[in-house]
Amino acid sequence: MIRKKRTTALYHVLAILSVCIICLPVFLALVISSQTEIEVFSNPPKLTFSNNWISNYTTAWNRINLGRMMFNSAFIAIMVTAGKVTMSLLAAFAFSNFKFKGKDFLFFVIIVTLLLPVPVRIVALFDVVRGFNWINTYAGLIVPFWASATGTFLFIQRFKTIPSELVDASKMDGCRPMQYFFRILLPLTKNTIGALVVIEFIYIWNQYLWPLMATNTDNMRVVQIGIKMLMNAESSNNWGVIMAGVIMTIIPPLLIFFILQESFMKGFALQSDK
Amino acid sequence: MKQSVFPSKFLPYLLLLPTFLVLTTFLFYPAFETFRLSFYKVNPYTGANKFAGLYNFKKLFQNADYGHSFVISIIFCLLVVVLGLILSLALALLLNQNIKGAKVYRTLMIWPYALSPAIAGALFNFLFNPANGIVCFFTGHYDWMTQGFSAFIVVALAATWKNMGYNIVFYLTALRNVPADSLEAAAIDGAGPFKRFSKITFAFISPTTFFLLVMNTTYSYFASFGLIDVLTEGGPVDSTNILIYQLYKDFFVNSRIGYAAAESLVLFCIVVLLTVVQFKTTGKKVHYQ
Repeated sequence: MIRKKRTTALYHVLAILSVCIICLPVFLALVISSQTEIEVFSNPPKLTFSNNWISNYTTAWNRINLGRMMFNSAFIAIMVTAGKVTMSLLAAFAFSNFKFKGKDFLFFVIIVTLLLPVPVRIVALFDVVRGFNWINTYAGLIVPFWASATGTFLFIQRFKTIPSELVDASKMDGCRPMQYFFRILLPLTKNTIGALVVIEFIYIWNQYLWPLMATNTDNMRVVQIGIKMLMNAESSNNWGVIMAGVIMTIIPPLLIFFILQESFMKGFALQSDK
Repeated sequence: MKQSVFPSKFLPYLLLLPTFLVLTTFLFYPAFETFRLSFYKVNPYTGANKFAGLYNFKKLFQNADYGHSFVISIIFCLLVVVLGLILSLALALLLNQNIKGAKVYRTLMIWPYALSPAIAGALFNFLFNPANGIVCFFTGHYDWMTQGFSAFIVVALAATWKNMGYNIVFYLTALRNVPADSLEAAAIDGAGPFKRFSKITFAFISPTTFFLLVMNTTYSYFASFGLIDVLTEGGPVDSTNILIYQLYKDFFVNSRIGYAAAESLVLFCIVVLLTVVQFKTTGKKVHYQ
């Protein structure tokens, strides 16, 4: 009994220690973002909260037009996520509930896309997007990312677990395929949709290489590039201002993550119990 | 479970049309074109191109800087993968113990998943900066970012820290699916916790390990671009100039189009190799009950 209690205590100590180490970088960023420039550079470093919040956050916001960048990132992330969820739902529905010529081949073609991340095709992708006159536009940051092998797989896995009788019953009721899709399939897929929203929103919000190449004016930049611009703009390296910028840009993806965390975990879990 | 099907002949193609339009225009065509251009000399101003055979590849492999970049990419990858997987598995095992508040601990451990490599770069830049970085202060004002070796370590640490949440999620899911009765049977047979882990748990989670091995490798090769750009810009003296950063510089800064396309093809070969390895090894090592 005592031994068991001791092990439990040990587990708690280890868990708390790990949590502290993992959270430390962001916690320190939060602390620094509350300090004045003098406090930031005090020696030994001052590790307690101060009251310079408003000044740091407004400076960061104004120095690089962060408002506009936040809007750009949010708009792009929402549009890509919506497009990806829609397209991969439709594709997964086609693969799960229909028989058609070339099914295996088309499925294979979707698998192959996993081998083609952006860097592998970036040279010509840039040309294609320029050909559409989409450099420095929202379309150039959104449309190329609409198709998703990950999403299609995730939804096919989910659809597999839905009892076949549901399809038979709806067919007997004279339900057309798209009615079945909207009325029965979609409501049963909420958790998986939630998981994909988390994955894709975070993926697009955090993207760096493509937005760096596909945009060239400040009003089209996204927050990730903004962080680097902020570091360059704060030439004296006023870390209070830079960390204020960091904290603001991590709020949206963290919100999505915390709100949809349960779906995210369940969506993943579903994927692995075959 | 086999799904019943709807009889429609035309509808499935319509459902797949949007996906395939996007895939063809923005994935397959650009990939094909990139590979084609790797065998051409391209004029960056006029776009005119001329077949050059293996010219770009010859230049690539004769370039000592590229060789250096190739080697440090492998070392970087090994560091991130080994460190990341070991730490993540240890934390997932800890979270899998039935302790009070496990869910809260879980959330507090996996949330860095939501942060970007660029943000990780900014945070570690602050922690290790010589003027007031906390880590610098506690390591006798050692200037980590001006020395090649230590800068490399910092980049690897930042990359590992950022990706651990992702790994923990997958390991946790895998650990939940380890059959409890196998573990109990082993315990009754007198197998201690370490033996049970190495003989049973480890075998059951090996497919996840291989999956994560590949995912973390691609992450270290591709996604760490933002991290490098914010933290070191490939320096000091090219010590963190991994392949993806070199590709960016050759294509976007120096406009060496055919040459950059050849670099893309090399990266593609690495991805294919990894995927084949994953399929082979996972196929062999999957353990069913």
